[in-house]
Amino acid sequence: MRHVLSVLVENEPGVLSRISGLFSGRGFNLDSLNVAPVLEEGVSLMTIVTRGEQQIIEQIVKQLRKLVTVIKVTDMHDSTTVEREMALIKVNATESNRAEILRIVDIFRCKVVDVSLDELTLEVIGDHGKVEAVIALLERFGIKEIARTGTVALRRSMQPEK
Amino acid sequence: MEYSGARILLESLKKENVDVLFGYPGGAVLDIYHELSNHQDIKHVLVRHEQGAVHAADGYARATGNVGVCLVTSGPGATNTVTGIATAYSDSIPLVVLTGQVPTPLIGNDAFQEVDIVGITRPCTKHNYLVQDVSQLASTIKEAFHVARSGRPGPVLVDIPKDVQNQMHAFQYPERIKMRSYNPTYKPNNNQVRRAIELLSEAKRPLIFAGGGVISSNSSEELGTLVRSMQLPVTGSLMGLGAFPGDDPLWLGMLGMHGTYAANKAVSNADVILAVGARFDDRVTGKLSSFAASAKIIHIDIDPTSIRKNVEVEVPIVGDCKLALQGLLRVQETEFADVNWADQYDEWNKQIREWAVTHPVRYHDEESLKPQHVVETIFELTKGDAIISTEVGQNQMWTAQFYQFRQPRTLLTSGGLGTMGYGFPAAIGAQMAYPDKLVIDIAGDGSIQMNSQELMTAVSHKLPVKIVVLNNCFLGMVRQWQELFYDRNYCSTCMDAQPDFVKLAEAYGAEGYRVTDPAKLKETLKAAFDSPLPCIVDVRVEAEENVYPMVPAGASLEEMLLV
Ligand SMILES: Cc1ncc(C[n+]2csc(CCOP(=O)(O)OP(=O)(O)O)c2C)c(N)n1
Ligand SMILES: [Mg+2]
Repeated sequence: MRHVLSVLVENEPGVLSRISGLFSGRGFNLDSLNVAPVLEEGVSLMTIVTRGEQQIIEQIVKQLRKLVTVIKVTDMHDSTTVEREMALIKVNATESNRAEILRIVDIFRCKVVDVSLDELTLEVIGDHGKVEAVIALLERFGIKEIARTGTVALRRSMQPEK
Repeated sequence: MEYSGARILLESLKKENVDVLFGYPGGAVLDIYHELSNHQDIKHVLVRHEQGAVHAADGYARATGNVGVCLVTSGPGATNTVTGIATAYSDSIPLVVLTGQVPTPLIGNDAFQEVDIVGITRPCTKHNYLVQDVSQLASTIKEAFHVARSGRPGPVLVDIPKDVQNQMHAFQYPERIKMRSYNPTYKPNNNQVRRAIELLSEAKRPLIFAGGGVISSNSSEELGTLVRSMQLPVTGSLMGLGAFPGDDPLWLGMLGMHGTYAANKAVSNADVILAVGARFDDRVTGKLSSFAASAKIIHIDIDPTSIRKNVEVEVPIVGDCKLALQGLLRVQETEFADVNWADQYDEWNKQIREWAVTHPVRYHDEESLKPQHVVETIFELTKGDAIISTEVGQNQMWTAQFYQFRQPRTLLTSGGLGTMGYGFPAAIGAQMAYPDKLVIDIAGDGSIQMNSQELMTAVSHKLPVKIVVLNNCFLGMVRQWQELFYDRNYCSTCMDAQPDFVKLAEAYGAEGYRVTDPAKLKETLKAAFDSPLPCIVDVRVEAEENVYPMVPAGASLEEMLLV
């Protein structure tokens, strides 16, 4: 099961390696990890995407909380969230298939951010599923390069009643 | 008034009531050593290898319950501490390890004796720090001690660059500490505590499993009161030995790979297990799927990660063992006052007694010198009134089986990491804390060679530690596995090339004794124990004796190999 974890940490040297070391040392899955400072001075937010059975996820959350530099851990699975990630995709675009690629761009509300005679570079923004879908659709044209951010997520303001 | 960083460090240590430092000097800590001569109230134990310094600080911490402190230089001094730090980390022992570092402007440039010790020790410390400015030094030391001793204790490393040691700054030791990211839970949840007693009130075959947490939280007394008022049988992990008196009729002995028949039978047949400060290590559980198959587990631990890590738990209680046990007692005495616990558990206790009587830990008592008998004789001579450390291997398991630990903090042993070479320096640390106590390292001939250089430390500091070598001329525990599971292929475990341990002791100015005749065992041990000097007693024991019971790795606890 895929889980998105929001981890507030003290923004100090070494904090990233404490977290990544925890995942590698204990053999936890780490699909993506995104870090950036938040509003509060000296605090960063890490968004971690991981996979595992419930018991493993529970361990991951507890192990993260145990780290002395971690302030707060939220498993986004427990609430409804907005999630986004972004990908830049450089895809082969010949005269014959360019139109079809642009149709996909249109349908998925991607942007063309760079063009050459035989390539298009697209920007896709969406949740994880959407980015995966666009990549899958473009694969047959030949993807030359890809650069992706990890997922970032926030809880929705209105949560359904439990 | 401004002090140098070195002085700030030492003043801070005094604020933490540190009276002993175990250490070894070098270029990156020279400023601290220079300053140290002005602080006669901090004793310094000069070891002969930095690994010894950490184990000694660890032994000091286990014996006293206080934070153990050591001081070493950068580079190789720092890397030599890693085994000691990992040992303490595995067993949740509070340490503060102070390492010198190259000056801040040189960090990252592969300077002479530079290593990234903070990076190296990140996974084996509870937390660690690089002090980048002298203004942070006092508060970092304060935090380091706080983190080391609070919650689930553990080692904390503080790396102090040389320039920070001689920068000047006002000294003000923080009174209090507030960390938004670190707040261990001490107070257990009352509902869970109540559920625990409720579960026990429905139990017919309950069992207490005591771990090292009972000792680190100083809650042996609470455990004893609960056990006696409810007539609960008790077993313990290696780390839990001494948490409950080893001569009490409710004590079953250690469980697990080399646990007693009664303890392993009891775990396997219990219907409710109350685990207190234990973490269900694989040496305890054997094959997980059949561990405590018919039991519901109540688990008290201050570290939430210990709970449900290995075994499914019915009633998790996160908190300090002492407070949790007090809570259990309170609920039991008030809301469950009319339960007749002794009656309810009577049949089960009888069953357990029968297992204990029919299958005690035993050995074939032949003419030869049996290692188990040596341990029994040490117990007989000390009556349990001694601090015992062990090395690792058969010596350690025989000590666990045949020495009846009656008090907490009287066994110093590397449980989680199983570090050969731990016992002797740990004994030195304990002797430093208790100069008048009898401190004995029950050693193996292999392990003792890993840190025997510390004989010089013991002699020069007049620390009369006794080393009893159960000398089987083998890396015995490994040989036992080879015998049982590797076709008796004793590849690289025969240690018949060994020093003359008597001469080795004498070379350092200690006393050496040798025992080959069983009839001379007791008097020789007594002479050594009565001596004012550190001693080695080289006891030539039966070479191919095995530790039994034994649960083969990966087997279930009921599949014990017996004598
Ligand atoms: C530092 C270290 N290296 C290797 C081992 C693996 N090991 C476990 S027990 C053992 C044999 C110990 O021999 P000895 O000290 O003579 O004790 P005995 O088992 O013979 O009592 C070894 C090599 C270890 N535990 N620690
Ligand atoms: Mg041996």
